[in-house]
Amino acid sequence: MNDMTHDSYTTEDGRTIGGVVMEMKNITLRFGGVVAIENISFDIREGEIRAIIGPNGAGKSSMLNVISGFYVPQEGDVFYKGQKRPPMRPYQVAQQGIARTFQNIALFEGMSVLDNVMTGRLRQMKSGLLAQALWKGKAEAEEVANREAVERIIDFLEIQHIRKTPVSRLPYGLKKRVELARALAAEPSILLLDEPMAGMNVEEKEDMSRFILDVNDEFGTTIALIEHDMGVVMDLSDRVVVMDYGKKIGDGTPDEVRNNQAVIDAYLGVAHD
Amino acid sequence: MVQSSQATGGLASIPALLQRNADQHGAKAAYREKEFGIWQTWTWADTEKEIEALALGLINLGVAEGDFVAIIGRNRPYFYWSMVAVQSVGAVPVPLYHDSAADEMAYVLGHCGAQYAIVEDQEQVDKVIEVQDQLHQFTHMIYIDPRGLRKYDHHQLHQFSHIQDQGRAARDEWITDLKERRSKLTYDSTCVMLYTSGTTGKPKGVVLSNRNIIESAKNACEFDKLNAGEEILAYLPMAWVGDFIFSIGQAYWTGFCVNCPESPETMMTDLREIGPTYYFAPPRVFETQLTNVMIRMEDAGGFKRKMFHHFMDHAKKVGGDILDGKPVGLMDRLKYSLGNALVYGPLKDTLGFGRVRVGYTAGEAIGPEIFEFYRSLGINLKQLYGQTEASVFITVQPDGEVRADTVGVPAPDVEIRIADDGEIFYRSPGVFVEYFNNPDSTASTKDAEGWVATGDAGFFEEDSGHLRIIDRAKDVGKMADGSMFAPKYVENKLKFYPDILEVVLFGNGQDRCVAFINIDLTAVGNWAERNNIAYASYQELAGHPKVLDTIQNHVETVNKSVARDPMLSGCQVHRFLVLHKELDADDGEMTRTRKVRRVIVADKFKDLVDALYDGAPTVSTTTEVTYEDGRKGSISATLELRDAKVVAVTHQQVAAE
Repeated sequence: MNDMTHDSYTTEDGRTIGGVVMEMKNITLRFGGVVAIENISFDIREGEIRAIIGPNGAGKSSMLNVISGFYVPQEGDVFYKGQKRPPMRPYQVAQQGIARTFQNIALFEGMSVLDNVMTGRLRQMKSGLLAQALWKGKAEAEEVANREAVERIIDFLEIQHIRKTPVSRLPYGLKKRVELARALAAEPSILLLDEPMAGMNVEEKEDMSRFILDVNDEFGTTIALIEHDMGVVMDLSDRVVVMDYGKKIGDGTPDEVRNNQAVIDAYLGVAHD
Repeated sequence: MVQSSQATGGLASIPALLQRNADQHGAKAAYREKEFGIWQTWTWADTEKEIEALALGLINLGVAEGDFVAIIGRNRPYFYWSMVAVQSVGAVPVPLYHDSAADEMAYVLGHCGAQYAIVEDQEQVDKVIEVQDQLHQFTHMIYIDPRGLRKYDHHQLHQFSHIQDQGRAARDEWITDLKERRSKLTYDSTCVMLYTSGTTGKPKGVVLSNRNIIESAKNACEFDKLNAGEEILAYLPMAWVGDFIFSIGQAYWTGFCVNCPESPETMMTDLREIGPTYYFAPPRVFETQLTNVMIRMEDAGGFKRKMFHHFMDHAKKVGGDILDGKPVGLMDRLKYSLGNALVYGPLKDTLGFGRVRVGYTAGEAIGPEIFEFYRSLGINLKQLYGQTEASVFITVQPDGEVRADTVGVPAPDVEIRIADDGEIFYRSPGVFVEYFNNPDSTASTKDAEGWVATGDAGFFEEDSGHLRIIDRAKDVGKMADGSMFAPKYVENKLKFYPDILEVVLFGNGQDRCVAFINIDLTAVGNWAERNNIAYASYQELAGHPKVLDTIQNHVETVNKSVARDPMLSGCQVHRFLVLHKELDADDGEMTRTRKVRRVIVADKFKDLVDALYDGAPTVSTTTEVTYEDGRKGSISATLELRDAKVVAVTHQQVAAE
């Protein structure tokens, strides 16, 4: 079921999926006596859209937080680009090229969309504090280059009309898009999306799906996402990990997962003895 | 129709004008588009190179003289270049409404037998591919934005910039060919084919020649003294004749600059940044802007609101006269300048009209109050009356003779004749060549002498020589006592109020008029919020007694104003109701361009019309509605019918002519 070879292959729709870029090995995460994640292993391949699904409380967000370095698991290792990753702070993980969005939007509400997206470029700003304050020489050139990169993302996500609008005045669906823009601004090699479509109506979901596919197609970004809407997940992803009560109960292509008895039971419910 | 290209100095086609502009205005901006947050500029010299590269690429692709090339996208320099490049190779550009559904596109593409299409992005590519198997002649498609299209089969699909690159690479091979094709273009060659939106039946392809476009553009430029220094914002659909005349005809004739917005949603911001000097909009755009201003003023602080209303009242009194150069007292002038510094100036800048020298509205009658609002601010907004078949211009208002109730005098070189039944006919160098592949329609619209029937009824005012449009000829009727029934006139007066979105007036053949009214949810919702009126739905708000009181006040004010017009005083509204649903194109009650389909509305809500006439105080009704996804449902409501005060008029017989 789980393809462990590291050879690249081409999907039906003509995208190239590379070798394993990130691997989770026997991860266990506990909060006191509560086991949030129990001995889970899976991998993410370069250029794929990888979904993590499961019922409420299955440990999906915890898993994403392990990947982003927010939680450090008690057991198990994370391998990134073939290297075992030592325990890291989230900003160090971000510096490695992993960007994320949040389930509960975490933008700077009082700042404009443009400024929010610019914060995503922090990793690309190398000039010193003094140069930034005086805004001379290197700092100025850097800002111009970064602004251009940000404008391309604004264009890509079609949010030109709210460029100068404070985030607090935006409706929910647009805030989600701004968050995606900020994550993209970091030019990540892996993009983590925590429930990108939660609380959206059908039309907004369609738009967001299109953006996710376009990001993957256009920039070749590897995407790991958590999502509730099964229909969306099955359409979007190349491979799916299914979690339930902190355990992995399925892993494979959408079709494989759909026909997996354990997954069907978890979603439709079975009598527990 | 004796004009020849001699009159325009041998410049017999748009590509010829392009060459001239590149020579004379080479370094001057021709196009701007906001992209990645910055206005990108192309000079006339750049434009000429871009268009040449594309034209060579099209020849390289196999485009032959006389082929039809569809152009589908929003206003972008690339599409304007495409039109001219297509003309340069002797083919015919056919711009389509980019928001049409795939099957509407299939009809037009099939009807003209388009072999090529130049489209904007994945969305349009998908639409054309969806209908491609119905189009046997269709071969190649060119797209501008490659996003999402990388995986598509590229045997017959090409990126715009690649076609240009191929053209540049094959320049030596094809340049003689291109020059030869360009030199063959004459005043009688087809310039463009435009499909009319088609309120009745299938769309018709209006063929316009270089003569039609260039003569009309030249005359209109001279009329308004437009020059190469003008700036316009191109935001109206490219498939519409107005955009073709302004953004291609007049732009190429004078060499002025066409600015394209970043996206449809940023249009208002872009308008403000560009500050056009020459501006065009249908009445609906002005109505929406005015409603927004009024809503924002209601939300403003007390001092600002008072200042706004105080100075707007003053502007209403003297603003129009100052604009027309009529004598106005010194004190009034001083007060107007003060108002200009405090209110009118900032307001015009916010609206993006700070630099407008000439502005036009057309397409539909504009409410006189709306019209005068803009004029009183010092914006030289004028009306014109035109049609696709006339290359736009039939009548225009000269500076200083602008009035809300007329559409002006015949445009230069236009002859107008009013038939016995009031229908307007015209003849001009702009009169279209034919409806493509539709000789019957051509014959029934244009007679052997070149006179074209407009379908509108109107008359010339004796003292001013201005044309007054009464209504669509088929909508104008007679009341039971023989006086004229012209619904649009009254409806437009009511629609001036921000809280009224739509009105349908009935009364043809009856002894009195009654009306259906749709409230504007934005404006009324805002009002309800400020007055702590809770409501759960459109229907509930529409039936609220306080809303009905307000509407009743509006109706009675309008009645007073209608009563003052000797010809139309019979059209006062005796009874009205506020409809429980918005009139909607999905239910067939309106066209896609939001024009009310009277006959259908009258038929569908017959019970309501009857109730208005039989004097009942309330009426219960059930209406079928169609949701956006095509499902059907029904809503039922009990509506309150209200009587409105009318002004008694001593009846006098007035002839309609």
